[in-house]
Amino acid sequence: MASVAIRDVRKAFGTSVVIHGVSIDIGDGEFVVLVGPSGCGKTTLLRMIAGLENITAGEIRIGERVVNQVPPKERDVAMVFQNYALYPHMTVAQNMAFSLKLRGASQAEIDERVKQAAEILGLGPYLARYPRQLSGGQRQRVAMGRAIVRNPQVFLFDEPLSNLDAKLRVQMRTEIKELHQRLKTTTIYVTHDQIEAMTMADRIVVMHDGIVEQIGAPLELYDHPANLFVAGFIGSPAMNILKGRLLGGERAVFDGGDGIRFPLHHMPAGGDGRPVICGVRPEHFALSSDGTEAEVQVVEPTGSEIHVVAKMGSEDVIAVFRERHQFRPGDKIRLRPDPRLVHLFDEATGRRLGS
Amino acid sequence: MADIILKAPCNTASAPHRVTAWERLKADRNWLGFWFMLPAGVFLILFLAYPLGLGIWLSFTDARLGRPGDFVGIENYQFLWDDSTFWLTVFNTLLYTSVASVIKFAIGLYLALLLNERLPFKAIIRAVVLIPFIVPTVLSAIAFWWLFDPQFSIISWSLRKLHLISANIDFLGDPWNARWSVIFANIWRGVPFVAITLLAGLQTVSPSLYEAAIIDGSTPWQRFRYITYPLLTPIIAVVMTFSVLFTFTDFQLIWVMTRGGPVNATHLMATFSYQRAIMSGYLGEGAAISTAMIPFLLCAILVSWFGLQRRKWQQGESDD
Repeated sequence: MASVAIRDVRKAFGTSVVIHGVSIDIGDGEFVVLVGPSGCGKTTLLRMIAGLENITAGEIRIGERVVNQVPPKERDVAMVFQNYALYPHMTVAQNMAFSLKLRGASQAEIDERVKQAAEILGLGPYLARYPRQLSGGQRQRVAMGRAIVRNPQVFLFDEPLSNLDAKLRVQMRTEIKELHQRLKTTTIYVTHDQIEAMTMADRIVVMHDGIVEQIGAPLELYDHPANLFVAGFIGSPAMNILKGRLLGGERAVFDGGDGIRFPLHHMPAGGDGRPVICGVRPEHFALSSDGTEAEVQVVEPTGSEIHVVAKMGSEDVIAVFRERHQFRPGDKIRLRPDPRLVHLFDEATGRRLGS
Repeated sequence: MADIILKAPCNTASAPHRVTAWERLKADRNWLGFWFMLPAGVFLILFLAYPLGLGIWLSFTDARLGRPGDFVGIENYQFLWDDSTFWLTVFNTLLYTSVASVIKFAIGLYLALLLNERLPFKAIIRAVVLIPFIVPTVLSAIAFWWLFDPQFSIISWSLRKLHLISANIDFLGDPWNARWSVIFANIWRGVPFVAITLLAGLQTVSPSLYEAAIIDGSTPWQRFRYITYPLLTPIIAVVMTFSVLFTFTDFQLIWVMTRGGPVNATHLMATFSYQRAIMSGYLGEGAAISTAMIPFLLCAILVSWFGLQRRKWQQGESDD
């Protein structure tokens, strides 16, 4: 196991720069998820850590060693690929044994380690099968087994669950997390799925357009998004974003026009009249007689909760209730956000205002 | 079809009669399948099986050009068995095929691996590699004929100008020189087919397999040995079968460059058969020489057939 330090790393393919100076410190044994939309540079960053891409500038350390010029095989990392990259002409056992065989390990050691990994992953009955004869979830496990047998310093996962169906994805998510809790190997996991990031990570790194938007524990990102991008990216359904300005007076209020008025817990710096962007998580709306009127457009029951899309002024907002309200399209409801849980962002920079 | 069977008893409820053979035939899926297969079958029989059968039949007759001939049993074969020229052509053909195929495979694989890498001007190089393949065989044979000409050969001329040799090389006049020269021409002509087909095979190998192998700690040679080569074997088997078949039955190159000379040193079974059957008019004997090629060709096909059958990893569940 080892820590990983990424210092001001840049990557350019010809003239197009895809990563503009990224710095991340990953502690020994930590499970860090790199999350962001397609093209944000997260996979490129992972491949640079693995050594599959050159580093244009900056420095990557694994443990105490700068690995910029170290070839992949000497970095002691294992990677699980999105398409699993299982060798189709090798059995499950041979797939897992391949790296050990290349390293010149004894047959006894190979058998022992493969058996151990197969046990951890429940692959025992499938050792003699070829990848084609396995289901998606089993292939995924073999790919992990191939990483486990090597007992590497760092595990790298590149969107490993995106080829699985929804149910299996949830199951594998848990399995990977359990595996990490058991092995405690430093893990860097790339995904575009914020739910995967939230559920699995010790810490999340949100990336966008080749920069790091925010690094923090899942709930920290959820409760205190540093900027509009993180606010909109983390959370499902996504946070409601409304444009408006602050109004002072007896009590600080966010005025979104069209009668939209949300009371605020405190007045941030810049005060009265300042144009701001207000973010409210769907579950932080409550029905209240002094709330802002909204007209129900669509009602989506999920079983555990109800998602209500409502027109508030000219904006569509989404509210989530755990109670089973019997709303119908066209109903008028009054919604009021919890003042302590309203997020405010600077209109120009998108940065969070206040704490 | 099913309702025909069901209806039959209903119609005849009052006056029971047996379902006729014709009715049963109409409802038979295999009978229908036969009709669907018929056009392809006729085509194959007319243009493949019939000529092959006729050729084998001719080899058991003493047919001459312009005379049908009578059945003579294995007389032609007995004659060939004692004919040293025939055995020389068998030797020539085996030498020609084995040397040319091995070298074509080696160069073809090398070029395919090279073209599969990222390198500048790849499209142009790929086009250049294909040139020998698109030039008509007879034209390239004539070009080689000039290259190997005893007086005007540019090869001899260049070597002489470089003071490496003092006299022209007699490429096509000396038996062994002639053999190597035609083999060289055949390799030149055959490499593109091998290279391009293997390149197509290489491009089906997912790059992430190589990346996984890199991270697993493999050297470039190990990646070739354990990833590329095993994944390529099915395609190698097919390509090399075709390559061997084409080389074994080669006719044009030899006929244009040497006509089998000097002193039959470059006569292959195909050119020898043509010479005996058409030039000399002994159709039966020529047919026997052609027929004698069949066991060799069957061997080549069987080798690749069994080579292909062993690939268990290609079978199994569909990709989901």
